[in-house]
Amino acid sequence: MSDATIEEVAGEALLEPLPDEGDPGRGRTLFSAWHLILLPLAFVMIIPLLWMVVTSFETLNETRQFPPVLVPGSLRWQNYRDVLEQAPFARWFLNTLFVTVLVVIGNLIFCSLAGYAFARLKFFGRDVIFLLVLATLMIPFQVIMIPTFLIVRQLGLIDTLGALIVPNLAGAFGIFLLRQFFRTLPIELEEAARIDGASRLGILFKIVLPLSGPALATLAVITFMWTWNDFLWPLVTLYSEKNFTLQLGLTTFTGAHQSNTHLLMAANVMSMLPLLLLFFVAQRWFIRGIATTGLKG
Amino acid sequence: MGQVVFEHVNKVFPGGTVAIDDLSLEVPDGQFMILVGPSGCGKTTALRCVAGLEKPTSGTIRVGDRVVNDVTPRDRDIAMVFQNYALYPHMTVYKNLAFGLRQRKTEKGEIDRRVRSVSTMLGLDDLLRRRPAQLSGGQRQRVAMGRALVREPSAFLLDEPLSNLDAKLRVRMRAELKRLHTRLGITTVYVTHDQIEAMTLGDRIAVMSNGKLQQLGPPQELYDEPTNLFVAGFIGSPPMNLIRGRAEGGRITASDLTFERAGVPDGDVAVGIRPETVVQQSDGLPSFEFLVDVVEPLGDEIVVHGSTAGTPVETGAEEEELPTMLEGSRAPITARFDPGVRFHPGDRPRLGVPAERLHLFDLRTGAAIR
Repeated sequence: MSDATIEEVAGEALLEPLPDEGDPGRGRTLFSAWHLILLPLAFVMIIPLLWMVVTSFETLNETRQFPPVLVPGSLRWQNYRDVLEQAPFARWFLNTLFVTVLVVIGNLIFCSLAGYAFARLKFFGRDVIFLLVLATLMIPFQVIMIPTFLIVRQLGLIDTLGALIVPNLAGAFGIFLLRQFFRTLPIELEEAARIDGASRLGILFKIVLPLSGPALATLAVITFMWTWNDFLWPLVTLYSEKNFTLQLGLTTFTGAHQSNTHLLMAANVMSMLPLLLLFFVAQRWFIRGIATTGLKG
Repeated sequence: MGQVVFEHVNKVFPGGTVAIDDLSLEVPDGQFMILVGPSGCGKTTALRCVAGLEKPTSGTIRVGDRVVNDVTPRDRDIAMVFQNYALYPHMTVYKNLAFGLRQRKTEKGEIDRRVRSVSTMLGLDDLLRRRPAQLSGGQRQRVAMGRALVREPSAFLLDEPLSNLDAKLRVRMRAELKRLHTRLGITTVYVTHDQIEAMTLGDRIAVMSNGKLQQLGPPQELYDEPTNLFVAGFIGSPPMNLIRGRAEGGRITASDLTFERAGVPDGDVAVGIRPETVVQQSDGLPSFEFLVDVVEPLGDEIVVHGSTAGTPVETGAEEEELPTMLEGSRAPITARFDPGVRFHPGDRPRLGVPAERLHLFDLRTGAAIR
């Protein structure tokens, strides 16, 4: 047996390179028979959206006709200008964006930590606590709304954006989603990382989270959507118009006796744009995260 | 230095499963030690105890001169190669190799130097920017080896590293592992269920069954002098033929095979016949009648499966329980011959075995009678 160390052998090729089988790539079809079914279905799905966009360019009179006017007389960009002038729309937009971004970040961080603990750490009462967390998913929001309101009031957050952020920084859904995903990751990866010298947090941040892209993206997109579209909770906690979120602001276009449907639709279009954009950017993750339970390769 | 020592190690899992039962074993510095046994025999658990991924219920484990029972995996100065390689899928080969060093805050230039020297050593230079998904099975296996080597550990732990490769590649990688070990001389503990890997790679082999160490020794010793029925049945492919027999006054009878051996206590015995010790002549040798069933010409040799009158002996090393296709009281016999021998199914030749090459085991305890 030789006593050579790795140092002495350095630079010496002990083994021949293996034959290279190349990068297994994949072909892609541009068109298939499925598209014949999918395209009409997609069209049906998109009708409400198109209608909203069309209405947002109509006059108030046109919106009230029956059958509905599908091609407006002219493109009234004025509607959009009116929305921006008649209401602090930009302010609401920024409010909503601020709240949503913080809630998404909070969920990603806290649900990752909790989800990992439930997935991999062994501690007393883990499964019972996890069940309790899961159980909270079954409680309708209306039931916990008032207790939550009281807590938020204690914190002095009523009529501030904090009222929307603090109670939503983590959620049972996110914890559940990430825990389930983390459990599908091969445990050997984490064991290898432990032997390589990584700490628990190091493993979470350097191994587990980078491999959880689909789950994290799913959580981010869903949380973004929920928070962006949330109406009831802002309605309960926010009073001053300057603190409104978009969903709350939209209601100001609907009066008790008259609705400015054309303005409402213009505001709707603007408030939806970020969600649409997000969906186009993240749809790959969104669909994959929901469709796959495991990770391969 | 890099010795690995088990002292009376026990491991009982919650629920009461005994994975390791009083294992004492010493792997001297630089030795290639194989832990071999059927699945569930505790070999992998033993390895994981050394790695620090499992904690022994009792007993002491040493790596180098330190007791490591309470040392974290990180600080044990060992590196492990997993059965499925456990390469980090989101990192390039380079980053996979560098990960352990980076976790230890090794200086950047030093990391680069060591990664490159190992990648050259293993023929991975052209693959450093690839990700594991873009590598073939053999290449992944190399990277897994590299990730362990780059840390320059005092001991190497390998958990069935070749079992995910196809047969051809496995033979090649086996030779490469051996070459690496011969060249680098790092203490290695290698777990496998494949007794061919065990025989070809190991300086010494520890055969385990049901959490217990059955026999420890160099490969040839295990083959030539198995200490009990389990080892006899486990080491060797095709395995040793075993027929039930009886010893009386130094005279042993098993089916129509009789021979004498001094000093054998009276009682029930198992007679063991290695397939290659069987010869076609029967004059002057202990012999038995053989009914040919299946003939397998392999080119360099001919393996003949058949049976003889008698009762087979179970060793506990059988891979799985196969319902025997033999009718009545017949024991299966496998024999190996040089090519050129002509046998046909249904032939009933008489085969001989030199008496000194027959193995004897106490049927009650399973221990070898020498």
